[in-house]
Amino acid sequence: MDWQAIWLSVRLAASTTAILLALGLPIAYWLTFSRRRWKFLVEAVVALPLVLPPTVLGFYVLLAIGPRSPVGALYAKLTGGMLPFSFQGLLLASVLYSLPFTVQPVAAAFAGVDRKLVEASWCLGVSRAATFRRVIVPLAAPGIATGAILSFAHTMGEFGVVLMVGGNIAGVTRTVSISIYDQVQSLDYGAATETSLFLLAISFAVLAATYALQRRVWAIWPAN
Amino acid sequence: MAGELNCACRARLDSGFQLDAQLRIPFDQSPVTVLFGPSGSGKTTLLRMLAGLHRPAEGVITFRGEPWFDHSRSLCLPPQKRRAGFLFQDYALFPHLTVARNIAFAARPGKRREYLKAFGLADLATRLPGSISGGQQQRVALARALAAEPALLLLDEPLSALDATTRLRTRHQLRDMLLTAGVPSIIVTHDRMEAVALGDWMAVMVGGRILQAGPVQEVFRHPANGQVAECVGVENVLPARIAARENGLLTLEMGAARLQSIDSGEAGPVVACIRAEDVAISRDLSATSSARNRLAGHVRSVILEGPLARVELDCGIPLVAVVTAQSVAEMRLQPEDAVSAIVKTTSVHVAPWSESDSAAR
Repeated sequence: MDWQAIWLSVRLAASTTAILLALGLPIAYWLTFSRRRWKFLVEAVVALPLVLPPTVLGFYVLLAIGPRSPVGALYAKLTGGMLPFSFQGLLLASVLYSLPFTVQPVAAAFAGVDRKLVEASWCLGVSRAATFRRVIVPLAAPGIATGAILSFAHTMGEFGVVLMVGGNIAGVTRTVSISIYDQVQSLDYGAATETSLFLLAISFAVLAATYALQRRVWAIWPAN
Repeated sequence: MAGELNCACRARLDSGFQLDAQLRIPFDQSPVTVLFGPSGSGKTTLLRMLAGLHRPAEGVITFRGEPWFDHSRSLCLPPQKRRAGFLFQDYALFPHLTVARNIAFAARPGKRREYLKAFGLADLATRLPGSISGGQQQRVALARALAAEPALLLLDEPLSALDATTRLRTRHQLRDMLLTAGVPSIIVTHDRMEAVALGDWMAVMVGGRILQAGPVQEVFRHPANGQVAECVGVENVLPARIAARENGLLTLEMGAARLQSIDSGEAGPVVACIRAEDVAISRDLSATSSARNRLAGHVRSVILEGPLARVELDCGIPLVAVVTAQSVAEMRLQPEDAVSAIVKTTSVHVAPWSESDSAAR
């Protein structure tokens, strides 16, 4: 098995999930509680990766982060490196690609929090930020966990975007699914079977954990 | 406890309901105010505007001279800045926190134990809100609100989520707890008995407007108009015309019937308000008594309500009398019986007729 590729995928998935949690929670909060008229536009943009072919998304990301683009130029100026065909570039693309997988379950969970509990906290003099942290996040925890797990699993298995933005550089951008593709291309079915089985087992374990978590809502916060 | 709340606000809900509340509450004399009115009259919306949870379309709210809302200055203090505690109808306890942590949520450090004890919740400290009774939940909600040391406490139908027995018991406890806490309070209710038991001051709200405000007994005894009278449970509210005025007495004319009342200085179209328990029934059609008002008519229906009976009469005007069931039995009152209704002059309260009285009819 290509342990190097597996380790790279795990790192990519973990980093993507961490960034998505930091980014997705505020976006989900805004989508849930904002009353702006043009909110639907943001909702559509966030959901776009769900329906867009990964190659299309990857193509645009590649253009957007290329050395001739403002983003790419700025990155080159700051770090001296380049985004395309690097781990960082891959990370950026993954974050965009998995955004709806975090935002949608989290927004649904936020919307499910009884509005009165939020108002009760405000009336107790607790600020909006503290109310978010002390009431909304704990009550939406199962949804947040779902979002994180889905994003992790989605990034673990991503293929099209990686190929477009990262290419196939061992140890840098060769993720598990690309490795499997390589193995099949070189007719190494044994290795492909092993790696595929490994991914299947991980995916199943992750989803089983998600559903178990949701069934017993308060199990992770024992009554004290 | 000093202070005063002033509210002159207009709001329009998505449903099209219009609210136009003019209210001044002097908390100096009356620590507990009842906001009373039928369901759908806008009481909860007004309470939410006071808390800062609903933004009025225009107007001004000040509390103790401090502006909370001023449309002309685009000022609207957020709930956090108003220090107005809010007790939700279903208490809105945080389901993921224990009783102790709910109370400690906004309390000063170290105060938690004190409130747990004061509200008799020490034994429940480690329980989750889902596992305690409705009455206990109410105490937790009240303790949580008071622990945040609010300047004003707003309670939205605080007893309605309780079962009937607990409600009766809790009613007096609630008033004691509010008086002990010494925080001026506004309680929303649609229950007359609750209004009397809980409040010192009372504001009657109907159709989005405050129709009358004053000491509770005053509002019950002297409703400002027919609509308020009906709202506070006066059974007989009869549109009338002042036919004569002499020697401090008024003669009211309503269709064929005439009634006398004390002259309270009203003029123009009025309503005569008579409590059903102030209407006596006699079989004797001619005998004289000290009561000046004697109306001949007949019984339309008799409904027994435990020890009392509600008798509907037709005396040219519809009249409802409440007498004891025993009297009904002794007089053998039956529908279609000819009787006379007797009302003391002092029991007829005259209030100005209002536009809405005709609409209600």
